[in-house]
Amino acid sequence: MKLNVNGKTRNVEAPPDMPLLWVLRDLLGLTGTKYGCGMAQCGACTVHVDGEARRSCVLPVSEVAGHAVTTIEGLGAAGLHPVQRAWIQADVVQCGYCQPGQIMAAAALIRIVPKPTDADIDAALSASLCRCGTYQRIREAVHIAAGLTTAGGKA
Amino acid sequence: MSRPSEFSRRKFLKTSTGLVIAFTVAPARGVRALQAAGAAKPLPPPDAFLRIGEDDMVTVLLAHSEMGQGVWTTLPMMVAEELECDWGRIRVETAPAAPVYAHTGFGVQMTGGSSSTYSELDRYRQVGAIAREMLVAAAAARWKVPASDCRAEAGFVLSGNRRASFGSLAKAAQARTPPAAVKLKDRKDWKILGKPTRRLDAPEKVTGAAQFGIDVQMPGMKTALVARAPVFGGKVKTFRSEKAKAVPGVTAVVAVPSGIAVVADHFWAAKIGRDVLEIDWDPGAGGSLDSAAMWKDYLALAGKDGMKAAAAGNVEAALASAKTKVEAEYEFPFLAHAAMEPLNCAVRIGPDSCDIWTGTQFQTGDQAAAAKITGLKPEQVKIHTTFLGGGFGRRANPANDFVAEAVHVAKAAGVPVKVVWTREDDMRGGYYRPMCAHRLSVGLGDDGKPAAWRQQIVGQSIMDGTPFAMMIKEGVDETSVEGAADSPYLAATPHHFVGLHSPKSAVPVLWWRSVGNTHTAFVMETMIDALAAAAGQDPIAYRRALLGRSPRHLGALDLAVAKAGAAPPPGQFRGVAVHHCFGSYVAQVADVSVEKGRIRVHRVVAAIDCGICINPAGVAAQVESAVVYGLSAALYGEITLKEGRVQQSNFHDYPILRMNEMPRVEVHIVESGEKSGGVGEPGTPPIAPAVANAVFAATGKRLRRLPLRIA
Repeated sequence: MKLNVNGKTRNVEAPPDMPLLWVLRDLLGLTGTKYGCGMAQCGACTVHVDGEARRSCVLPVSEVAGHAVTTIEGLGAAGLHPVQRAWIQADVVQCGYCQPGQIMAAAALIRIVPKPTDADIDAALSASLCRCGTYQRIREAVHIAAGLTTAGGKA
Repeated sequence: MSRPSEFSRRKFLKTSTGLVIAFTVAPARGVRALQAAGAAKPLPPPDAFLRIGEDDMVTVLLAHSEMGQGVWTTLPMMVAEELECDWGRIRVETAPAAPVYAHTGFGVQMTGGSSSTYSELDRYRQVGAIAREMLVAAAAARWKVPASDCRAEAGFVLSGNRRASFGSLAKAAQARTPPAAVKLKDRKDWKILGKPTRRLDAPEKVTGAAQFGIDVQMPGMKTALVARAPVFGGKVKTFRSEKAKAVPGVTAVVAVPSGIAVVADHFWAAKIGRDVLEIDWDPGAGGSLDSAAMWKDYLALAGKDGMKAAAAGNVEAALASAKTKVEAEYEFPFLAHAAMEPLNCAVRIGPDSCDIWTGTQFQTGDQAAAAKITGLKPEQVKIHTTFLGGGFGRRANPANDFVAEAVHVAKAAGVPVKVVWTREDDMRGGYYRPMCAHRLSVGLGDDGKPAAWRQQIVGQSIMDGTPFAMMIKEGVDETSVEGAADSPYLAATPHHFVGLHSPKSAVPVLWWRSVGNTHTAFVMETMIDALAAAAGQDPIAYRRALLGRSPRHLGALDLAVAKAGAAPPPGQFRGVAVHHCFGSYVAQVADVSVEKGRIRVHRVVAAIDCGICINPAGVAAQVESAVVYGLSAALYGEITLKEGRVQQSNFHDYPILRMNEMPRVEVHIVESGEKSGGVGEPGTPPIAPAVANAVFAATGKRLRRLPLRIA
């Protein structure tokens, strides 16, 4: 089947019920999207489908045919996305494993809510687990990213 | 002992960065324990730790694994402080497995014990200093001036109005004899060390480019999932693989010591294949394991004297004569590490080589295990350490479980294989923080201070049955009693006894971020709170009176209490705890509310005395991280067994803290100027007792079973 991933058309041979996560990682070599739980509990596998945050570990690949899939590798169209820049500025990462999912969830949030409150951040990001406990700096980074975005950078 | 001048003949290495200072790695020189202060130590071979390219890039090789704790940044900071290089031109790589990278204190190559930064403070600074002197010497020779007229600065050697970049000097520098001794900077002259420094691994970790073990791919590589026994110690009796082999993408089904491996083109095929494997298991003795029954046994044992871990005076007589006594029983469940990256390991075996890609904390042990399985020599086993998606102790396994298994699978399958564990496999795979029980009787003297303290600890030994078993002294595994047997409260109690029972079970156990302190700190710090209440004294003043001979405990406690400030807002209650482990002292003040039986932590103020601080930003991040890790365990963490089966499987039934539950965490550093201590673990032990003490303040209930639940 044909997939649109990060703006490119990719042909994959996969069973229709194969989760998008494993198509991305094992068939397309896009390993930035992470496996954490396989049951939409942790958010490590978060990607965008038509700009919306989705859990790729429970999303059958057949459902995204004809839709635009964006992964962490394709988030910054030219250079780093404001969310990624904010993440570096706030020195968010520790082990880093969950961060692609956190960043994708945050980017989807500020696209819809350009100036999110702490409550907005809680609502959007509580589905993304971080075992290193970087939540405090994630919150800070989302606020920074919102500032970068509204200050002229385009998300 | 080797000296730098005895290095084997150097040779140039071509790498992607061009010509480099890269000498042949010095032969194994054995490993030296950290020597007493003042004793002469041989200088490290700089070539093993540092390369300088003609493109001016400085590559630092890490002897330790980056698992979130920040060695990717702190070790290069040490090199850069002495090398005087351009901080923007540093690259970092993990070192291969080789004796030269052995831990300076432990003698094997591993990452653990919160020791990576302080144990490398001398070695990595020396590496930078040696290289700087060689670069300066090369420039001096080129310019025909005395070396004393040259200085290094921001990646250049300067003399008068001449300057040469490190890259332009690298080739000449490497031909020079390394200095026999180097003088390290005084701390007051540090420009990088001690300053908050952002992480060097952030760019690749925010773009998805960072490679974790689970991301490893190579031509011809297959992915395998292993069906392991549903109970610990179980064995395969018979199995049928026809249905699994019929799954498209499955290429082989092979038996390995730990179970049956389904080898496939990708994870999903391997998983579907594993789901339809038919295996008849012999559960063995582990089939009857049951948490409720184990608690009964543990609490019965806790009523008897165990092996002596600490003792003074006559505890029985002193208890008998005490007018006020406090008795308590504590229960701590098994805990899974549950790192975000499930376990995995990729292996490629050649005729005389074995390459392993994994996020490991224990290269030396994994290398030896792979050598044994493949029949190769350890040096023929190459370990490629990737980033670790969390370690917390689980990836430092003396039993080398996930690495050895993957080598078996690759050997049996005859192809390069990456074994991936599902979350459920990881959660149910054992190597847990041991389940523990404590029983205490403490008698107070007329002054309200503890006069007699009897404590029995029950918990499986982590060291027993491993190469570390030699560290068990007179039946006492220190990792079971650390934090209790060496407590300053006991030192202040004239009559005391700490006993240890180490029952065995089929459940494999392991160190879990802060190890024995995960339970002992909870017991000591909630007991002290209870004793203060029994004595009618303020819990902070009571601690202060007992910690008179422990100024660093006091310093951390006083700073945390001062920074926490006035009482919390109405409806919130405050609890404190202070604990020492891994060379550092951490106090935490937790402001907590209890509503409808639910514990909510609003704010945590932490103070850490980690001695001389290398990266304050990293210290703050680690303490925040430790608070979250400890809070997840305090509020939710519990692995239980029924009929031998682990009842939890994934994050829905083994929850960890989420963003909406995150308290505000403030971290303050005590400027003690003492020797550097560890930072990764010491922030974990105090949070659970601080919260439990706050819950007591809120409800009058003493919670002594974890996770904390208001019945």
